[in-house]
Amino acid sequence: MKTNETEQGMTLIVKTITRLTVGLILLYGIYIVLHGHLSPGGGFAGGVIIALSFIHLMLAFGKDTALKKLSQARASLLENLGALMFLSIAVIGLWGGYFFLNFFLHKGKPFALFSAGIIPLCNIAICLKVGVGLFAIFAALIFFKGMEKKE
Amino acid sequence: MIELQLLLIFMVLAAVVAVEIEDLLSSVIAVGAVGLGLSLVFLILKAPDLAITQLVVEILCLIILIRATLKKDLPLVKDGRWFFNTASTFLFIVLFLALAYLALKELPRFGAPTMRVSQEYIKNGLEKTGAANIVAAIILDFRGYDTLGEATVLFTAVIGVLAVIRRVGRIKDENK
Repeated sequence: MKTNETEQGMTLIVKTITRLTVGLILLYGIYIVLHGHLSPGGGFAGGVIIALSFIHLMLAFGKDTALKKLSQARASLLENLGALMFLSIAVIGLWGGYFFLNFFLHKGKPFALFSAGIIPLCNIAICLKVGVGLFAIFAALIFFKGMEKKE
Repeated sequence: MIELQLLLIFMVLAAVVAVEIEDLLSSVIAVGAVGLGLSLVFLILKAPDLAITQLVVEILCLIILIRATLKKDLPLVKDGRWFFNTASTFLFIVLFLALAYLALKELPRFGAPTMRVSQEYIKNGLEKTGAANIVAAIILDFRGYDTLGEATVLFTAVIGVLAVIRRVGRIKDENK
């Protein structure tokens, strides 16, 4: 087995398969999040699938390629944005009566994509928070291992 | 219901293997088998939301555990006092089963819905929230406050991990 110093990640086979599958995994995660109020799934599961697509990229191509797509600073920004979005949706409901009020007057037709008031928005917020947060944990563990090797 | 019991026996066996096996990587994979069995159990009990979440989180945990434990050789401590260890294990198993019997006797029968509040949610969930998925309607509308608490727990966990595993040399550099 040849170890190439300049090229990070796994072998050519893994990289080729990853190039084909990683977009589909990301798309499936987005589908699960956006259809969370219609079909099984939701913000948490879809967020973890999105995080898994980035982790897939990081495992196959090494950490630099994945961090170029989603850097540590942008990850922490997105995670805080998700948490604040979820909280602000809750607080906007307080203005109309009580915490977590479903403040859309017309809930839309059931079984349509744009229905159910605040629930899709909450799903997107949870997806941002969960997905980026778990990706940040994984990236931190990889960084930690890299630092440990140098010492 | 026989497949459920077979799955539960499989999960118990996998958990015993995960605790007792010498190799660390095999132990991690046995833990993954327990999680996969739990996902199938959720699917048999007709909870596909939980099944998807359990499967996905299990895969993530498996990847993190393998990446974290693959290179490290943690020795398994198995020396001496095996009589004391086995006796205390059996004592705790008997104690747990007895207390669990006392506690679970009070629960309603398996699959019998008795809670009045959940009946209300199931009856009026669609017209009150407009969400076709009743689970999403409950966790994000009726019980949104609980979900906010869970999100805060996960946020705190991420902050905790990033604080523990951050770069430690910064304070030393300032001292120099």
